[in-house]
Order: sequence, then C-alpha cells, then structure tokens
Amino acid sequence: MRDTTRKRVFLFFGSVFFLLFCYATVNLPPWGSYRGPYGDVISRVGVYERHATDVVNAINYDYRAFDTLGEEFILFSAVLGVMMLLRHEEGEDTREVGKVEDRMHLSMTVRALAMPAILLTVVFGFDIGLHGQLTPGGGFQGGVILASALFLLYVCENTESFRRITSHSLVESIEAVGAGSYALIGLSPLIAGLPFLTNILPLGTTGDVFSSGTIALISACVGLEVTAAFLLVGYTYLEEIITGQVPEE
Amino acid sequence: MIWVGAGLLLLVAVSGLAVVCTRDVTSQILALGFYGVLMALVFFVFQAPDVALSQITVGALALPLMVMLAISRMKYRSAAKRGSEERDA
Amino acid sequence: MPGVLHLLPYFVAAWLFFCGLYGLVTSKHLVHSVMCLAILQSSTYILLLGIGYRIGGAAPIFADIAPGKLTVDPIVQALMLTDVVVEAVVIALLLAMVVKAHERSGTVSPDELRTLRG
Repeated sequence: MRDTTRKRVFLFFGSVFFLLFCYATVNLPPWGSYRGPYGDVISRVGVYERHATDVVNAINYDYRAFDTLGEEFILFSAVLGVMMLLRHEEGEDTREVGKVEDRMHLSMTVRALAMPAILLTVVFGFDIGLHGQLTPGGGFQGGVILASALFLLYVCENTESFRRITSHSLVESIEAVGAGSYALIGLSPLIAGLPFLTNILPLGTTGDVFSSGTIALISACVGLEVTAAFLLVGYTYLEEIITGQVPEE
Repeated sequence: MIWVGAGLLLLVAVSGLAVVCTRDVTSQILALGFYGVLMALVFFVFQAPDVALSQITVGALALPLMVMLAISRMKYRSAAKRGSEERDA
Repeated sequence: MPGVLHLLPYFVAAWLFFCGLYGLVTSKHLVHSVMCLAILQSSTYILLLGIGYRIGGAAPIFADIAPGKLTVDPIVQALMLTDVVVEAVVIALLLAMVVKAHERSGTVSPDELRTLRG
C-alpha cells in the first residue's frame, strides 16, 4: 500500500476512533470529582495498619505486592531477552575493529567533576531507595539512580572502569538475588500458615527508617534487581563499542 | 491550580505531537526527554510525587539513554561492516 | 469548575493515543516507531491521572499531614508506577529486536524489511 493511501486510510479511521473515544467519555464523572470509596479507605487506614507514611509505596509493596512481583519478573525476563538477543556467544570468531579509546576529548573540568558527581549520585540513590516507606521514592527509583551513577563513568570517559564493573559476573548474580529474594520473602509466611506475601516482620514506629516490616525489605530487593538490570542492559548494548570485537560473519 | 493543570495538559498534547512529527531519530531523543520531564511536571502538579519521581528516572533518564545506546551500536556495526568491505574490495 | 474542563484529561489521553498511532503507521525508521510507542503508552498515564484526581486533595504522603485529610486516589498512582516500569522494559526489549533486525538485514526501515525474504 502506498504511503499516501496508508496515511489517508489511517486519518479517516483514526479520526472516527478518536471521535468515538471522546463520545464514550462524555458520561464519565467530571474531572476532579473523585467519589470512589476505596482510595479514601486506604488513605485513612494505611498509616495505622502498616506504619508507613507513604501510602502509594505501601500499596505497591504490601496491599498489592503480588502485582509488583509480576512487574519485577517482567523486568527480569525482558533483561534476559535483551541479553539473549545481543550478547556474543562463546567461541564465536571475532575480529578486532577500532575501539573507543579514552581520548582526552573532554575538558579537565568535566573529568575532575566526574568523581564527585558520581559519589553524590550514589548517595542520593541510596537515600531515595531506603526511604521509600516514608517519602516518595522507594526501591525502583533508587535503583535507576544508582545505575545512572555508573553510566556517568562511561560518559566521563572512564571506559575501562565502566567495563570492569559492569561486565563482572557478580552483576548478573545480584539481579537474580534481587528477584529471587522478593519471591522468597513472599513464600516465608506460608510456613506459619499465613497467605503469600503477608507482612510478618515487626512494624516498628511510624516515621523510622526501619519501620513497616517487609515493605522496606522488599523495596531494597527491588532496588538491587533494578540497578543490576539497567547495568546489564546498558553493557549489552555497549559491549562491542567498548571491547572493539565484532563477530566474524 | 486547576488552570495550571489544564494548561500543562494542553502543553503535553502539543509536545506529544511534536515528538511524533520529529522524523530525525537523534533529535527525537531530545524531544522525548523533554516530553518525559513535562509529564513528570504534570504528575507533580496533580499531587502524585511518587509517580513523578519514577517518570523522571525512567522517561528522562533511562529511556533516552537506551535509545542512544541502541543507535550508537547500530552505527558502530554499519561502520565496521563498511570498513571490512573496503578492506576486502 | 467550568464545563469545558470536565473532560479535558480524557480528550488529551485520546489525542496522545491518536498521535502515537499516527507516528507508528507513518514511520520510516524503526527506532522512530519505538519512540511513538512510548507516546502511545503514556496516554494511559493521563487517563489514570484524570480518574484519580480530586480538587483540593493533597498528595497521599502522610509524613507531614494528618492521616484523616482528603487526598487524591493512591491506588491509581500505584497502577501508574507499574505502568511506567513496564514501558521502560518493553522499549528496552523492542530496541534489542530493532538492533538485531538491523544486524541481519542492514536496513532499519520497516518498508524495506517487509520486502526482504531470507
């Protein structure tokens, strides 16, 4: 089908769909008039039942922890898929192509400020990751910030350090440990006869860092997994550029 | 506050169209990053700080980074192939 | 609140969906179509945000407000968090497939990929 025909057909049917969608939403409640009871119930009891002041995190890691378990396994299997598609196989013939050297292209200011920036980002990532149950944040956000701190190494031309950290086999193990311990924390209440993913640890005082039982622990496991996942994906894309080996056709 | 929110939503609509209409892939990464930060601002104005933090880290940090890595790997491969063809020829 | 604002988030969500679909249909570069998919997925955030909002509601973080105060819906925000994570992950996998397709066939345009036969 030619380009203009395709565009015209789409514009016709797309506008029909757009108008139908707008017509379907005409009888929805007006914007800003939230009436539903469930959200108000959770807002009122969440702090007392789980000793966590961040109710969204409490929902994610306690009330609806099963959905978050599925989301973590989505992340795990997607990283597995990326690595299967793009990693070089063992024993494949490779030939040497010009690789990225640590050329002195960046100014001295940038190279000097790289290390303080990385340290600040790591501390910030840990802060956000550990305070999930008190303030906005949590394991996922902290994990991505930690992974980006290591990408700063690559951006500031410390390619050799970046390669040594992210190609280590420990990163894969950390990801597996993160995903697996989430499932294990869920399985452990089954021994006492309680349902899967019940919050069995002591809840502590509201407002403490070590409060709200398994929420903080699950958050830490998710943070580990997400950091390792993003590092693995980044290194898989960059492997050829960093090592300079391209497989022989 | 509701007018600020409405204005931001209209800006998001325009920005979404701008991202789609940018045909050059390298410029589209920047447009996508801007769109991500704008969405995070919308989430912040609508009292969703946790989601805003997630959107900043994913939509303005991880997503443009992954697209840039994919594009650079494709360019590297085609440059390597061109180099080998010139050597063989 | 004036009547014109009653349905604004739903219309904006529909518009973003339409834009993303338009980009996907008329794309000439696979990476461009992947980024249009990101726009498509973000239309659901605006829809969920519009459903859960309450005028005058506070953020559902009780670190500095009393637990009885009226807030916006926290459950919809938990759904949006999962949605954001899934978007990043799907795009990572799609980009890996695009890179692999480019390796095998040397081209990155969907039209040419369709006509190549192994």
